[in-house]
Amino acid sequence: MADKLTFSDEISNLLHASHGNPLKACIQCGTCSGTCPSTPFMDQSPRRLIAMINANMKDEVLASNTHWYCASCFHCTVRCPSEIDIAELMYALKRYSMWKNQYQEDLIGPTFSETFVKTIFNSGRSYEPVLATSYLFSLGVQEFLSEAQTATGLMLKGRLPLLPARIKRLKNFRRMIGRIIPVGGIS
Amino acid sequence: MKKYAYFPGCSLEKMALSYNVSSIASMNKLGVELQELDDWNCCGATAYFHIDELLAYTLCARNLALAEKENLDLVAPCAGCYKNFYFTNAHLKEDPDLADHVNFALEEDDLHFSGNISVRHLMEVFVQDVGFEEIKAKVSRPLKDLKVATYYGCQILRPRKDHEETEQPVFFEDLMSAIGATPVDFPEKVRCCSGALIITNRKAALSMVRNLMMSAIKSGADVIATACPMCQVNLECYQKQVNQEFGIDLSIPVLYFTQLTGLAFGIAPNKLRIGTELVLPTPALSNIRRGSADA
Repeated sequence: MADKLTFSDEISNLLHASHGNPLKACIQCGTCSGTCPSTPFMDQSPRRLIAMINANMKDEVLASNTHWYCASCFHCTVRCPSEIDIAELMYALKRYSMWKNQYQEDLIGPTFSETFVKTIFNSGRSYEPVLATSYLFSLGVQEFLSEAQTATGLMLKGRLPLLPARIKRLKNFRRMIGRIIPVGGIS
Repeated sequence: MKKYAYFPGCSLEKMALSYNVSSIASMNKLGVELQELDDWNCCGATAYFHIDELLAYTLCARNLALAEKENLDLVAPCAGCYKNFYFTNAHLKEDPDLADHVNFALEEDDLHFSGNISVRHLMEVFVQDVGFEEIKAKVSRPLKDLKVATYYGCQILRPRKDHEETEQPVFFEDLMSAIGATPVDFPEKVRCCSGALIITNRKAALSMVRNLMMSAIKSGADVIATACPMCQVNLECYQKQVNQEFGIDLSIPVLYFTQLTGLAFGIAPNKLRIGTELVLPTPALSNIRRGSADA
């Protein structure tokens, strides 16, 4: 019988497409944590998260908000002395946690990503007003008002689209997607 | 006339229309034609990669295949689109099995990825393909005395493609010098604007925007120049929220670098959609003499 994959192996396998070194190469120097502009807002720093993955602390890793605070700026990736593609690791963790449906409930990131991708399925283009629905109602009253004010300002300057754009060959486009992932309703 | 396949991207359709028109107008002055890709689709921003990698590659590859059909190199002004296309192109070229799988899907739209074009960011077209000498020759209204914070952001620099300098690049400053402007020493120039965190993690995002604004203002800049619609929106449209969040009162205009090149090439401000910003750049630009501006 085949050996059961450890969590650490699973995550490393998810990184096959990125060409960085494996997570085992981490020397725990903390350059990533010192570089990342989101570190102060994360419950585990990137350095700590890598150590936790290597220690197979699956539940703790998935319960952390760290990967959802990654802005994909790749600053950690270009600075890592062990050449680990840390930003790609964060993508892999996002995919893994959405796949397992295991993430902190109050996060907007997973809903936002899903809304974004659904918008593309439907029209081939992104459309800000639809995307806004994924986060507007999570804002406080003050934040909501500021957001509405900003949107009004952009509207007055002609910078908000009133109608969603859509590509011409949408049928082909959706059949193309259907060859990659089976999606209900796409024929 | 040199010609590229042009991928404006979703943001440039409306939110960043000023980037779109100023890119086309500036390139036109340099004798470069940007031919919009017919029926392009969204590059996926960062969201596709959160869901499914193969899907993300396929959606980018459709645009690459559209450009291949025209036999033109693909240029994107949005740093995010550029990064997605650049690396999709590179990965598919290196991995024939991945390319096969993607091509199986592309058949549905009668398209095929062969990997025979290159992907350029608009900034690279200015700096590398056209070059500073030709740019200088086209300047009719040098942006004398305009102090510019050259904001690189992330994705025109990172991830690294080869062995380029990613910590202290200077090509953006050199471009600004070429059009007569004065680049200032802006220490945060390669730090992140927070990207989509402005939507998903507001507190973290606002602190990142604040750091950039403070650094630019402290460096003595009149204006921040960007090469990405996400950076422009985050840095400009959230200044009020930053001030509310941190109890400060800061303000600095944020323009696309192509609006500045357009001005220097003598294009009228309204043709560059200057004036559609939430933080008006008018005071910053008032020192620029009219020179030989055309209408």
